[in-house]
Amino acid sequence: MKILVTAKRVEDPESKIKVKPDGSGIVQEGLKYKINPFDEIGVEEGLRLVAKHGGEVVVVSIGGKEVQEQLRHALAMGATRAVWVNHTGPLDQMGVAGLLQKVAEKEKPDLVILGKQAIDDDQNQVGQYLAEFLGWGQATFASKVESLESEQEKNKVPALQMGADNKSVRVVREVDNGLATLECALPAVVTTDLRLNLPRYASLPGIMKAKSKPIEELTPAKLSVDVTPKVQVLKMASPPPRKAGIKVPDVATLVDKLRNEAKVV
Amino acid sequence: MDFQLTESQRALQDTARKFAREVIRPKAAHHDETSEFPREIIVSAWENGLLNMATPEAYGGLGLTHLDQLLAYEELAWGCAGMATSITANDLANLPIIVGGSEEQKQRLLKPFTEKFKLASFALTEPEAGSDVAGMSTTAVRDGDHYVLNGAKCFITNGGHADQYTVFATLDKAKKHKGITCFVVEGRPKGLTVGKHENKMGQRASDTVALTFEDVRVPVHNRIGEEGEGWRIAMETLDNSRPITAILSVGIARAALEYSLEYSAQRKTFGKPIREHQAIQFMLADMAMNIQAARLLCHQSAWLLDQGQRASLQSSYAKCFAADMAMKVATDAVQVYGGYGYIKEYPVEKLMRDAKLIQIYEGTSQVQRLVIARELFK
Repeated sequence: MKILVTAKRVEDPESKIKVKPDGSGIVQEGLKYKINPFDEIGVEEGLRLVAKHGGEVVVVSIGGKEVQEQLRHALAMGATRAVWVNHTGPLDQMGVAGLLQKVAEKEKPDLVILGKQAIDDDQNQVGQYLAEFLGWGQATFASKVESLESEQEKNKVPALQMGADNKSVRVVREVDNGLATLECALPAVVTTDLRLNLPRYASLPGIMKAKSKPIEELTPAKLSVDVTPKVQVLKMASPPPRKAGIKVPDVATLVDKLRNEAKVV
Repeated sequence: MDFQLTESQRALQDTARKFAREVIRPKAAHHDETSEFPREIIVSAWENGLLNMATPEAYGGLGLTHLDQLLAYEELAWGCAGMATSITANDLANLPIIVGGSEEQKQRLLKPFTEKFKLASFALTEPEAGSDVAGMSTTAVRDGDHYVLNGAKCFITNGGHADQYTVFATLDKAKKHKGITCFVVEGRPKGLTVGKHENKMGQRASDTVALTFEDVRVPVHNRIGEEGEGWRIAMETLDNSRPITAILSVGIARAALEYSLEYSAQRKTFGKPIREHQAIQFMLADMAMNIQAARLLCHQSAWLLDQGQRASLQSSYAKCFAADMAMKVATDAVQVYGGYGYIKEYPVEKLMRDAKLIQIYEGTSQVQRLVIARELFK
């Protein structure tokens, strides 16, 4: 089977992120970047599925030359080859989904796995748009009960399971009040939640092998996708700093304040 | 001159950093306290390609440069210097085969390490011959197609867990360094006794034992190089490994600085965080400055080796400066923490104990200075 997985380049959450004074974006200088952690979980899940069922994991990223670093990371983890959609400049969620649609139509995977959202702008839209554009089934927030990869956990039924004839996939997904199980005909789009797996390391032998794995270059023009954004970012701003809390002398005062000041009870 | 890391160097540094942060560090205090051998962690390092980093591509290795190795080892030592020392032990033991072995020996004795998890130990030091290598008294006597080894070795890293030993012995003590010869002992042959695990002050996660050889028979095909070539092989091995030992100091010191920055921002005296006091700022600045200086010395000596040049002088600069630097930085980190720094529940006293060993093993800081002086007089 063939699995297409996304690898978005996002700001490393460990670096300090500052909004530019004019609100036009964030300060790029000195920032570190990494693969979107939800996408990394997607790569891991894809690798586990092909380890079991055979086939290949193709990884795709959209952006300037620098996104090759994230593609190489996925290749070092074990993906077979990469597709790089070379595009700089503004791009909204529908633009991303449009490009991925064309890549998917070209690659014809059995399954597309994406992170449920990217940790930069946390939109949580591309997977859903992509399924709609392709007319495929979707199962979002694929998850397990626990994140720990204990022996006990490893022996449990995986959250993503192929049907007997490899024509469907069963997905356990995280919903507000627990877990829901869906069965989807293939091809399908799955998005990953945090508690799906613990991604492996890009091992040193993997890093060395990744150097010679192919990265195919495409552009929006080659894919005939108009990526003119329909969504415009007007301004970015930091959230207001948290104000100091207050101490109340007793429960009665607390209840009174909650009722009359905060109006939450 | 270029200080920019390549994409694959950044990638391997990232992997080593992640491994150090997620696998090594959470267990560092436990293995320091108990002195238990962190076998599982070392197996996991092997699975991720962080063991046998010096093995050339032709023998199943990754073809990493010295600089690549340094980038990874700084991270591992940042996690725990004891575990990093255990992880370096395979390379130290196998370097004599890399620098002095025949093609057949490299295929037979190096390659298996990249195919399955195995540990090797470098057995050079003796109770009465540490830095004075030529004074060794373990003997080798030819007997048909074997040599017979007798003697004692001490402070052997991973010796209690090794599957293979690289042993130096003399064919004729009167010949001094010209009698020294290198052998590979496979498995645990009859007559090889492993002593108790030493209860060390620092780097307690690494296994350190004494070895005793009583009529241990080694086939002639496991002699590395010619008779009497052992001295050259040992020296070339140590020239190669010295920048790595040096960079472990940088990893320790960087951990000490990071802990100090964190603590000095939280801890308040006289109404403000202690890092707003100049006395503390000066210590932090000195730490950062010396760490960077040591790192550059290490990288320069690795770069020389990567260019195929001799690096005895620069690697002695690096080893001596970095080891002394780490001792000072870790001691200052304890000072920044004050009373809490002296207590084992806080992380910095371990760094001070760990750093001390680097001033001692693989050539003491004094021996490094001797080497430097000798080079100056040339």
